Amino acid sequence: MEIPYTVHPHPVTGIPNGKLGIWLFLASEVMLFGALFSSYILLRVGAPSWPHGYEELSVPLATFNTLVLIASSVTMVMSWASLKLNQFGKFKLYLGLTVLLAFVFLVVKAFEYGHHFSAQEFPRTSTFLSIYFTITGLHGLHVIGGIVVNSYLLLPGSKMWKKDPDRFANRIEYAGLYWHFVDLVWIFLFPTLYLL
Amino acid sequence: MSDAVANHSVHAPAHHEELGFWRKYVFSTDHKVIGIWYGITALLFLFFGFSLMMLLRWQLAYPGQPLQLGWFTKLLGETRMPQGIMLPEFYNQLGAMHGTIMVFLGIVPLAVGAFGNYVMPLQIGAPDMAFPKINLASYWVYFIGGCVMLYSFFVPGGAPQSGWTSYAPLADIASTSQTYWLVGMIFLITSSLLGSINFIVTIVQLRAKGLSFFRLPFFVWAQFITSFLLLLAFPPLEAAGVLQLMDRVAGTSFFLPSGLVVSGQVLQNSGGGNPLLWQHLFWFLAHPEVYVLILPAMGIVSEIIANNTRKPLWGYRTLVYSIIFLGFMSFCVWAHHMFMTGMGTTMSNFFQTTTMIISIPSVVILTSLLLSLWKSSIRFNTPMLFALAFLPMFAIGGLTGLPLGLIAADIHLHDTWYVISHFHYVVAPGTIFALFAGIYYWYPKATGRQMNSFLGKLHFWPSLIFMNGVFFPMLLQGMAGLSRRLYDQTIYEHGKAVQPLSVYISISAWLLAIAQIPFIINFFWSMKKGKKVDSDNPWHSTTLEWATPTPPPHGNFIEPPEVFRGPYEYSVPGEDKDYTPQNERDTKNKKEDA
Amino acid sequence: MSVESAEDIKKHVRVYILVFVALAVLTVVTVSISYLHLSTGWAVLFALIVATVKGSLVACYFMHLISEKQIIYWVLTLCLIFFLFLMFLPVATSSM
Repeated sequence: MEIPYTVHPHPVTGIPNGKLGIWLFLASEVMLFGALFSSYILLRVGAPSWPHGYEELSVPLATFNTLVLIASSVTMVMSWASLKLNQFGKFKLYLGLTVLLAFVFLVVKAFEYGHHFSAQEFPRTSTFLSIYFTITGLHGLHVIGGIVVNSYLLLPGSKMWKKDPDRFANRIEYAGLYWHFVDLVWIFLFPTLYLL
Repeated sequence: MSDAVANHSVHAPAHHEELGFWRKYVFSTDHKVIGIWYGITALLFLFFGFSLMMLLRWQLAYPGQPLQLGWFTKLLGETRMPQGIMLPEFYNQLGAMHGTIMVFLGIVPLAVGAFGNYVMPLQIGAPDMAFPKINLASYWVYFIGGCVMLYSFFVPGGAPQSGWTSYAPLADIASTSQTYWLVGMIFLITSSLLGSINFIVTIVQLRAKGLSFFRLPFFVWAQFITSFLLLLAFPPLEAAGVLQLMDRVAGTSFFLPSGLVVSGQVLQNSGGGNPLLWQHLFWFLAHPEVYVLILPAMGIVSEIIANNTRKPLWGYRTLVYSIIFLGFMSFCVWAHHMFMTGMGTTMSNFFQTTTMIISIPSVVILTSLLLSLWKSSIRFNTPMLFALAFLPMFAIGGLTGLPLGLIAADIHLHDTWYVISHFHYVVAPGTIFALFAGIYYWYPKATGRQMNSFLGKLHFWPSLIFMNGVFFPMLLQGMAGLSRRLYDQTIYEHGKAVQPLSVYISISAWLLAIAQIPFIINFFWSMKKGKKVDSDNPWHSTTLEWATPTPPPHGNFIEPPEVFRGPYEYSVPGEDKDYTPQNERDTKNKKEDA
Repeated sequence: MSVESAEDIKKHVRVYILVFVALAVLTVVTVSISYLHLSTGWAVLFALIVATVKGSLVACYFMHLISEKQIIYWVLTLCLIFFLFLMFLPVATSSM
């Protein structure tokens, strides 16, 4: 039994099922991170004093990380483009780079966290740090999720390219949409936490 | 002209491989099997949640009196009911878990997970959901969440006891089980998100040929809007859950204000938190959640009313626009649950206004359904009895909501039994009646047998009477000023004055429980002994789920159906029968829908 | 999207590189502005403007939103409206 429009687009909406599915998922993620941003606003507005991000956190490290994540978004979309151009080797290279850059991001983050912990700066230490750790922590979990999905698609999942190339290309596109979203959240997180 | 698209002997397509027991029944990706799993699990949770309340009602009726039920009292033991007398902590646990289980483990999984999963793909002519594996995952994640919630009863300190609303700062400092509540909720929210994505994609992409949006059965519209509510309103509660977990486990103070004193000691945390932040995030979900509770019920009732009046629903387009508007408005009324939190007049007035506005589409929908009865040929079968009863019960529920939405009246009624009566009227003789109606209505499609009509009436009439016996006096208690969640109401003079009503309510509740016995017997007995249906469409309905074999096979339709008209073409002049199915190609009268 | 030709994809690749450069430049811009230590109101405004531009570039070009179908726009518009409720209404109710 075949589910229609799994690979080919619906005649009226113009998209396959998975494309709509992933955008709906991303909409829910917007609300998830939105709630955390809303919490940040409420807590900051209600606080008698609030430190500047650059006083508590390392702007150079985070700027580097921002560029790392943006680069990973480029490599991600390049991996999809390579598939569309039937260049399986290039696809693997770019997707591999995406995973690698994601790891770099996490390593820098781990270094940042470690630095805070050794200075006795924990989530419980202040409201600023609690929202900082929580929101970057949740973002970090999403990065890990992206690494898992992309690694699967790079290795065992890529077998689908031989059997059903269009379906596989769609999967890469959807994984890409998720990954760009992770980048997008960071684009807002970075100035909010580090620069204000 | 035959009702069914094909005869009863269905030959499975040649390439369909035979699945083993586990893949066929336990880990099936078939939406009907998953729907039944949801249904069974949800009904069990509903029964359990109801039992918690029945126990709680003992304390309310006879405060401080021992309940001697032999082995049962022994089982509850010293930490809950020493010598049969309920401890206040246990009272709080019963209250919190009754609410949590009924809302998140009972009603929504039944209304959306069971009915939505089973019926919706059939009604749109689809072979299954868009993402069958994700559908399977959503059930098992719900199951795990339910297990975590149940396990919380056995944790030291007892079950979660900070209300189903888990307000900070109480929930932040509550015993261990509150952490289980939060973890359980994260599983349940995840299950909901997976399900809602599936429902929306299925309805948008997998409708049969000719089934435009304005030819959809209203039940499908209801599930569609409900799914958007679940998709976009749940994530903030998930975020709030993470924040509360951080407070409890990592020592943060998202919701803990500075200088909080607990048991005479100042809490040694960073402070600076805001308890109202929890309320905003919680109610941002929980208000749309109550529309999640009622919308599928409106959908079910609409199907049954159209079918048993042998007339199209009055004002189909109006119904659709109303439900869309209702869904949208549900996202900007939430702070009417927070009128007493010092918001200031501007914002309070804003939320009062949006709350008054949101009552309009509800009234329009109810009026439409009532008008659908006018000059119709009503068939008073069991599903129709429950569907008809839904109308006045939902009306009472809705009307009692109005004073709560008006700030001035809410000052007096806030957090009293009036509130409990209001929301129970909508959910209990409202939604639950609609769900019963749905079970009686779709049972023949799923099993090939009818439920017994006498037992159905024996279930219906006492249920209707005792539902009102339980919830109506609560309005009086609330208006007398009696607060909810009190362990012993008689410590107050005004509580003592309305205590006889508490006894009356409790007895009604216990009788209501007994009234469910004919239903339970009927449900199981009819599976083997119920009267077999004479066709695939025993109710002579117009919608597509009745165009499948009974029960529908894997893939649902022998061949993909095509739709030629709207969903409620009953009693069309010039036709040879009083219903014209949506997928029937040739009719005497080639009228297209308006 | 699956009906695009190789030429179209190559054009897209050019755009991706340009967007990457723009994003990198804007990152430097936003960090530089923060060194000015403006008052909170202005700092928030500029940071949000730059972030929105960067986010829009990612959404429009990497996520191909600029050429997406109507239904996706509808879903995102609905989401945006509720997102704005969530951002502004709670703080509006606080006594600040």
